[in-house]
Amino acid sequence: MYGKPLPVLPAPKHEKTGAFEFITTRKDELAGWARKFSLFPYPFVTACCAMEFMAVSASAYDTDRFGAALPRFSPRQADLLMIVGTVTQKQAPILLKVYEQMCEPKWVMAFGVCATSGGFYQNYASLPGIDKIIPVDIYIPGCPPRPEMVIDGIMRLQETIANGKHLIVNDRF
Amino acid sequence: MTALLTVDTLQPALGEFGAVSVAHKVVVCELEVSNFLAAVSALKNSFGFDVFLDVTAVDWPNDALRFEVVHHFYSTSNKMRVRLKCRVPEAAPVVPTLRPLYGSAGYMERECHDMYGIKFDGNDDLRAILLYEGFVGHPLRKDYPKQLEQPLVPYRF
Repeated sequence: MYGKPLPVLPAPKHEKTGAFEFITTRKDELAGWARKFSLFPYPFVTACCAMEFMAVSASAYDTDRFGAALPRFSPRQADLLMIVGTVTQKQAPILLKVYEQMCEPKWVMAFGVCATSGGFYQNYASLPGIDKIIPVDIYIPGCPPRPEMVIDGIMRLQETIANGKHLIVNDRF
Repeated sequence: MTALLTVDTLQPALGEFGAVSVAHKVVVCELEVSNFLAAVSALKNSFGFDVFLDVTAVDWPNDALRFEVVHHFYSTSNKMRVRLKCRVPEAAPVVPTLRPLYGSAGYMERECHDMYGIKFDGNDDLRAILLYEGFVGHPLRKDYPKQLEQPLVPYRF
């Protein structure tokens, strides 16, 4: 409607010349590159950080840009466990079960200061950081963290994944 | 009940059960445990206090009667609140249950038992409601260590 219509040109004929017919790469680099852009998060959302999690997932900040868009509400289909909020001692067995149900490869993100260290809850009720029961790959402090910090955390996690080892084939290959 | 109940009319009526005072426009009655059920029955049946709001406790670790059990009631017809306080010793922290009078009392008595260890005579279902099975002690008592954790999952380090 606006501007000039572009001319439709005939596609160039594909000829096998030998150039760019194959590329070489390292297996870990290839797998890491593929995996870092297809994070499927499982949101384990327990407390007020959920508001910030919604903000960072919604269109203004948009974690979709990093491939971490589609939340899977089954741990078996997820590979990034996001713990968003305070985890109480009573909830710790549930968190451990969710973590153990996830298939490899899996990564864990502690979202907010309560998940990171318990925050200002140092008492009988709450877990002083989820790393007391499960290993954590990336910590995002803040009460709640700014969306920029979450995006920075996701990017650092992607860097870790891209530079990591990916055991997708066995030792005979 | 025709005339609306006010603080001034309720105050002398509660005088037979214990010492009555007014704090922040709420009638407060400090009474003996032996008078407690009679006072609650009167509040419910004669004065229209139809809502049981809460039961909690205050721990005074240096007093002979260590725990002060605090009940709150509300009257929807008179739009007013009343607070009952009774003191119980540490050796026998027992208050009669209000489950026969107010159905909702069961949950709040369970919470009060969780946090302070108050026993409610006649309530045979004082299972943990906010705490979990195997939790030792009562965390809102003053002698519970502030940072004592009782983890359900063993810590990795």
